[in-house]
Amino acid sequence: MSTDTSPVDAVELTGSSVTYGPDNPAPVIEPPRARTKRTPRATRTNFELYGWLFMRLSGVVLVVLVLGHLLIQLVLDGGVTKVGFAFVAGRWASPFWQGWDLVMLWLAMLHGGNGLRTVINDYAEQANTRFWLKTLLFTAVAFTIVLGSLVIFTFDPNIR
Amino acid sequence: MPAGTLYRGREGMWSWVAHRVTGVLIFFFLFVHVLDTALVRVSPEDYDKVVATYKTPIVSLLEYGLVAAILFHALNGLRIIAVDYWTKGPRYQKQMLWTVLGLWVLLMVGAIYPVLGHAARVLFGS
Repeated sequence: MSTDTSPVDAVELTGSSVTYGPDNPAPVIEPPRARTKRTPRATRTNFELYGWLFMRLSGVVLVVLVLGHLLIQLVLDGGVTKVGFAFVAGRWASPFWQGWDLVMLWLAMLHGGNGLRTVINDYAEQANTRFWLKTLLFTAVAFTIVLGSLVIFTFDPNIR
Repeated sequence: MPAGTLYRGREGMWSWVAHRVTGVLIFFFLFVHVLDTALVRVSPEDYDKVVATYKTPIVSLLEYGLVAAILFHALNGLRIIAVDYWTKGPRYQKQMLWTVLGLWVLLMVGAIYPVLGHAARVLFGS
């Protein structure tokens, strides 16, 4: 070997493993996440897969529901100027529009909630911060879905 | 900014950033929107009072911004689905983004009169 050989060349990269055999076994490398007695049997679920799928399925439905909603509320028949209690009462007299708004509310809140969950997981670096932000998020999503559903189901056009 | 936030700085990354930003904005609007609609259970007068502020020029401009955010999120969302499920999706993701932006500009121009027309009549008279 000449003296100008680079250090990388000096290291024997190949050939060393050839010497391993039944009489000279290779050293055992511990798996990075070895399972111990305390490891739960099922440590993985498909939650993230279903979350990913839900974002796409609800997204397609929401494109129709939300763009239809915008068209009715902001574009057709005078745009936002016509919106008022009487307009809401007129629309929610029909079970079709009640159902439209209910499905839109649930899908949009769950879609947005899962999106914000991803954003929190990405940017909140401390486990504690993540936990509290997600607790706040979960509370806000649950509150909004329950409140919105109650409003749609208990709406009374003759409230006054 | 957390380290590694800037990825490659091209169409793929910026559409992803815009999708996040518009998504978060829409979420917060939706939260407020359900609260204001819940006023129909309080009284017609309270509901109409709040909705009246939605008809002012400044809030109309915010509504135009909301339409902009929703339209981008909707169109880019369909592009993401195409990237995921269409076999040639990843290859044409850039072209699809420019298609999305073209459609978005077209729809935003179309939304000027319906969404901002009332504000213009209030400001400049009709």
